[in-house]
Amino acid sequence: MLQLEDIRVSFDTTTALDGVSLIADTGRTLTVLGPSGCGKTTLLRVVAGLQPADSGRIRLAGNDLAATPAHRRGVGLMFQDNALFPHRDVASNIGFGLRMNGQTRAEIARRVRELLDLVGLPGAERRAVQTLSGGEQQRVALARALAPEPRVLLLDEPLGSLDGPLRERLLADLRGLFAALRLTVVYVTHDADEAFALGHTVAVMRGGKVVQRAAPDDLWRRPADGWVARFLGMRNVRDQGDRSRVIPPEAVSVEPGDGAVVTGSERRGSVVWLRVMLDDGSEFYAVTTATHNPGPGDRVAVRIDEAAAFDVPKWAG
Amino acid sequence: MLLKHKATETAACIALVGVPAAFLGLFFVYPLVAIFHRGLGSSFPTDVLTDPATLRVVWFTVWQALVSTALTLVAGLPLVWATARVAFRGRGLVRALVVVPFVLPTVVVATAFLALLPESMQRGVVPILLAHVFFNVAVVVRVVGGYWARLDPSLWDVAATLGASPSRRFRELTLPALRPALAAASALTFLFCFTSFGVIVILGGPHFATLEVDIYDLATQSFDLRAAAALSLLQLGAVAAIVAVSSSLEARAGARMPLAVEEVAARRPRGWERPALAAILDLAALGFGLPLAALVVRSFATPAGAGLGFYRALGHETTALLVEPWRAVEYSLVYATAATAIALTLGTLAAIALVQRRSGRWLDTVVMLPLGASAVMLGYGFVIAFDTSPLDFRDAVWIIPVVQALVAAPFVVRILAPALRAIDPRLREAAAVLGASPARVRREIDVPLVLRPLGVAAGLAFAIALGEFGATVFLARSDRPTLPVAIFRFLERPGATNQGTAAALCVVLMAVTVLAVGVADRLTSRRIGL
Repeated sequence: MLQLEDIRVSFDTTTALDGVSLIADTGRTLTVLGPSGCGKTTLLRVVAGLQPADSGRIRLAGNDLAATPAHRRGVGLMFQDNALFPHRDVASNIGFGLRMNGQTRAEIARRVRELLDLVGLPGAERRAVQTLSGGEQQRVALARALAPEPRVLLLDEPLGSLDGPLRERLLADLRGLFAALRLTVVYVTHDADEAFALGHTVAVMRGGKVVQRAAPDDLWRRPADGWVARFLGMRNVRDQGDRSRVIPPEAVSVEPGDGAVVTGSERRGSVVWLRVMLDDGSEFYAVTTATHNPGPGDRVAVRIDEAAAFDVPKWAG
Repeated sequence: MLLKHKATETAACIALVGVPAAFLGLFFVYPLVAIFHRGLGSSFPTDVLTDPATLRVVWFTVWQALVSTALTLVAGLPLVWATARVAFRGRGLVRALVVVPFVLPTVVVATAFLALLPESMQRGVVPILLAHVFFNVAVVVRVVGGYWARLDPSLWDVAATLGASPSRRFRELTLPALRPALAAASALTFLFCFTSFGVIVILGGPHFATLEVDIYDLATQSFDLRAAAALSLLQLGAVAAIVAVSSSLEARAGARMPLAVEEVAARRPRGWERPALAAILDLAALGFGLPLAALVVRSFATPAGAGLGFYRALGHETTALLVEPWRAVEYSLVYATAATAIALTLGTLAAIALVQRRSGRWLDTVVMLPLGASAVMLGYGFVIAFDTSPLDFRDAVWIIPVVQALVAAPFVVRILAPALRAIDPRLREAAAVLGASPARVRREIDVPLVLRPLGVAAGLAFAIALGEFGATVFLARSDRPTLPVAIFRFLERPGATNQGTAAALCVVLMAVTVLAVGVADRLTSRRIGL
């Protein structure tokens, strides 16, 4: 188990981490979700030992890591821009950490082969890293991070530079790997879908603070405040004073009838978002999986499940 | 309409390529041909090239350049680390100061070491090596430091999490990453030391001569024009070989590391780094400051005690020159201004041509040639090429700015071409789509974006022209000397007064140079507002 207690880091004029406490459970994935500049990357760097914390404690399996330099922490790290060593081939990149541990050539070669099989690139040992595609490079970077069997694997937006379908595939592969290897993972992203897809637990960060830590379903059911609800992708969020009223999109249904007009529709993959305006002038978003939907200008009836709506603070913490 | 457009384009192309090519043809290629003709015309100069005296000179030229390069690397690398990777107060100032020696005239630095060293050590190998290190540390700091400061740190972070200790990271990542930059800096330093003239002619004494100095002696003292031409050919071949070897070395230096767009934030010093940083900065301040301070002190140390005597003497005629020494300041400023104008015009045209034409590699080489061909060779070439009608230019006033511009122009191209290349083509496309004509695009996008590099290039060209010695010494008439030539004339003569006057002139030249570079930098460093 990885425990962070009240971590604070500030740079010259800005506070990057403002008292962060978090727990990453052994064998599970913790995703840290937040907009750019919220401190999530700094958080990873603190765990890796690349950035000293001004105060606070980091414990891995109960041991305080404060005095342990980065190269003795036994954590794996993977970046968005993969950071493969350009002057080494694939095998030498993956074997780097093993060589640092003083393993023999034969052991390294065996383990490299094993990892290349694991990430789906068998036989790529002697390839130059520049000749790999973006997805292949990320797989090699993952294999390199996994090779020394780190106690915690840290990933900083590893899929950020990949395009749609490839990203989906790698996301699925990562989830399978994390589960199969029973890895303790801290995964940083700004993409709510990615955070939900991978995390057993999602921690939402804002302005150097953790505003909420919850399982994906709980997070979706009860965002801590209006800002979190919007960041997760909810659209029916209305501020009233210092409170926000949230109506989940699935609580709004659109049926044939009257009382509202469709003002917009956008397809996002298998779902369609409909924007409707009630005759009293209020606007709502509804989400539907239907393949035939009313278009802008059509008259519809809108039903809102008031029981599913809830009030949260506009701004928690 | 389209046809007209085509015609304008052709005209522009002729101006871009034609003007620099014609200039180079007349003032660079033709003098070289004249040297070839002199050297090879009657018979191949085997006798000169196999003469033991020549071999001795070649040997000295090579080994002093090798040792100078090695010493420069050793002295420069700690400073590279300090300025590229460590954050400390005054880092910007240190970086700016470190490049000052590079723009100082060779004559000034040589005189400074004369002022610093005890009489018994003033001439010989030691002062030569010291002066070469003094100059070229700037090259190492700029080339290697500029690269180091932009290396993407995530590679080092990953290596750390994979268990590589700091020393391991240095060996496994930093050294391989710096190899191309180290190769480039070493090659440049070697080239500068190999073609060193001012330093050696002043500090070498009678026993130490490089090829450059030997060419100068043969041409101006013993009037053996054939031998001088033969050695010039040897020098040209050697320089070409150095350039070829260094570019193949750089090409083979291995994979380039990913570079960050902006300079990566340096780290505050920790633990042992703090005393190391302090020691490095103190040593650098001593190494750079002492010779220059000694020079200034020397210029005030008149036989009658500390005073302005040597400076006052600049207003009186002496036996060393045909004019009052201070007139050299005036000639230097006029020549350097004209040379800067020529070098900027030529260099800008050539840089635009280089960037526009993908197939312009040969042009790149041609424009860079004067950089390799030594200044002494150029001066000597001018003397033998332009001595007969209709090309009898030897006494023309403009010949000195022309030769200085030839020496400075490659530096202008080296600064402007990358700056032009670095302009994101999408900026030009965006401007065009917004309705800007090609000329307007140039004015609105290219000119503002290269204004700063242009200022840097102008300052450097001016400094190079001011300090140019190797070629100018052949061409400057004694009634119209430049500052470096005047300084040399005083140094050649014995006596404390002559030495002191030389030191005073050096201080003036140093001040003018630093002022010019600073002003050019200032004038163009303002940001462009809307």
